[in-house]
Amino acid sequence: MARKITIEPVTRVEGHGKVTIHLDDEGRVSQARFHVVEFRGFERFVQGRPYWEIPVLVQRLCGICPVSHHLAAAKAMDIMVGVPPEKLPPAAEKIRRLMHYGQMLQSHALHFFHLASPDLLFGFEADPAVRNIIGVAKFHRQLAVHGVILRKFGQEIIKVTAGKRIHGTGAIPGGVNKSLTPEERDYFLNSAAPYNIDTIIDWAQEAVEFFKKLHQENKEVMDNFAAFPSNHLSLVRKDGALDFYHGVLRAVDAEGRKILNDVDYQDYLKYVGEEVRPWSYMKFPYLKKQGKEKGWYRVGPIARLNTCDYIPSPRAQQEFEIYKSYTGGKPNNMTLHSHWARLIELLHAAEVIKDLLNDKDITGEKLIKKGKKKQEGVGLIEAPRGTLFHHYRINRDDLIVMANLIVSTTNNNEAYNQAVRWVAENYISEKPQITEGMLNRVEVAIRAYDPCLSCATHALGKMPLEIDLYDAQGQLLDRKRK
Amino acid sequence: MPDKVKFTIDGQECLADQGVTIYEAAKANGVYIPVLCHYEGLKAVGSCRICSVMVNGRWMASCTQPLSEGMVIENDAPLVNEYRQAIIEMLLAEGNHFCPTCEKSGNCELQALAYRYGIMVPRFPYQFPRRKIEAFPGFLLEHNRCIQCQRCVRAIQTEDGRKIFAMKDRSKDIRINIDRKLAAKLSEDQIQKAMDICPVGAILKKGVGFIRPIGQRKYDRQPIGSEIEGEK
Repeated sequence: MARKITIEPVTRVEGHGKVTIHLDDEGRVSQARFHVVEFRGFERFVQGRPYWEIPVLVQRLCGICPVSHHLAAAKAMDIMVGVPPEKLPPAAEKIRRLMHYGQMLQSHALHFFHLASPDLLFGFEADPAVRNIIGVAKFHRQLAVHGVILRKFGQEIIKVTAGKRIHGTGAIPGGVNKSLTPEERDYFLNSAAPYNIDTIIDWAQEAVEFFKKLHQENKEVMDNFAAFPSNHLSLVRKDGALDFYHGVLRAVDAEGRKILNDVDYQDYLKYVGEEVRPWSYMKFPYLKKQGKEKGWYRVGPIARLNTCDYIPSPRAQQEFEIYKSYTGGKPNNMTLHSHWARLIELLHAAEVIKDLLNDKDITGEKLIKKGKKKQEGVGLIEAPRGTLFHHYRINRDDLIVMANLIVSTTNNNEAYNQAVRWVAENYISEKPQITEGMLNRVEVAIRAYDPCLSCATHALGKMPLEIDLYDAQGQLLDRKRK
Repeated sequence: MPDKVKFTIDGQECLADQGVTIYEAAKANGVYIPVLCHYEGLKAVGSCRICSVMVNGRWMASCTQPLSEGMVIENDAPLVNEYRQAIIEMLLAEGNHFCPTCEKSGNCELQALAYRYGIMVPRFPYQFPRRKIEAFPGFLLEHNRCIQCQRCVRAIQTEDGRKIFAMKDRSKDIRINIDRKLAAKLSEDQIQKAMDICPVGAILKKGVGFIRPIGQRKYDRQPIGSEIEGEK
């Protein structure tokens, strides 16, 4: 008999989503979808607010990576006040970078150690009572401690640059409102271990090694689970280097051919479209030239390491070379390798933080610049989960009249659906009984992309996932909720 | 006539000059009485009532009430504090005060008082009034946050003494009204003064929001009142 399975909520991701899987009379998957059931409306209620308030307002989209929204909005506002990113005072640009790389460190650590590692350490079908961060702390104490402290270090970097660990005010149109004091800088450079950047870099390196060991031991799963070809999109620095803060927009296809060649993101509307489907509050972005069917793409760590030519820090570059050689230099389309890519980025973020702390500009005094006002601006940034678009228009009174946000998780929308379908077809199709472990496999695939559903729907709340099982007549047969 | 007036505040015996208000006398004796509509150097109007104290068993607005000999004043007393909490809560519920995204946060007297008086959530239902932001050259008037203290009405004038800010309508519809022609002549310094004198985030100089980092804002280091009573 045909059934519909619902997983709601999807757990250990940020926000509120559900999965539905339809099975036909033979128990084969006929449809598998990832739904985002939150609705927020930030794009509407920023309208009428003064432009300089927006970087502080829109970061409330998220409590995990508010810095991304804060900085993407600030970059758009830089354009409004006539200061393109290249013209920002060096101290301001570097303080913002430090804030952002601190965020990369804390968000990536949060995702890998707190959210994803339980699946990898205990197995996808392990007892859920153990398969969580408490289980990690109990049975893999050192790993858990590293996770907590790596995250704390990133949060402390955010605090000294933005004023608070969450929802600060550091970036303002045309610059920042503070730089580091020598004492603040020295704390991160010279504190006793583990609270200094050298220890953090070593621990980030250990995290990469940990994943590589896991990979060696579980190659079959790591390489094949929810793997599928796709396009990849991200910002890269003008010279092709990995850059989380600023650059040009590049996309490659599954074979590594450039399909968007380092274009200025101020013109993103020429290249990126958004499709609305009636069953989800989350839009489906695509590359216009390739069309809705073939133009969807992935963003985030896996995409960034597929688009960039190299990583501009020595230890991360070394790991990048190992990572790239595994696919013979071709794009990596393996979903679970996104953890590998994320940890290489974690290492890179730590290295960049050290470089920035040792840069004299970080304690600079010229923090703000103003130029010729404009009424429209676009700000892009590589958030932990991928490319983040902020686009605003203001009126003559300096009040916002239009806002368009395409957040990282939205960019990955089709990828979630592909991943869910893959798991459904490979693990749920034609099975007589649905087990918790099978459902967790669906979540493992989603979790690999580190979705932030609150951001994606521009929601308050918990991260509940639901799986519904429907028969061929569309009748609800089973519902599993979390 | 003696030079000094004798009185007590919360049981503490105090002395103050002749002719001062209760608020001024308390301040001179290191006792903090909260104010919102009152501002040093402006004529007191006693409209917000946050400075109310109990004098010999009667409510009085300390910013307008002259001190007299032998007054027994209750200031930091349960009933008085409860009354002040209620006023703060009414102000918070009556407007649209979203501190997390307000550029005045950390420098806002209403917010600082809410912290001082331990307001967690107003007991009164939020009114969510539909109010606008009005734009003028160089500044915005954010009606959602205005508490009608009238500091701007009294403090901001043209060089020839003409008022720019005035009150319009009555009761729940009362709001600040601005003479557009005169407002266009305000200098940068006058706009800054208007913004600084506003106890909340209703008058906003354009393009300078969030310039003071968290940690260096007025009430980040010292709570409101500590400038008078010292750090407790």
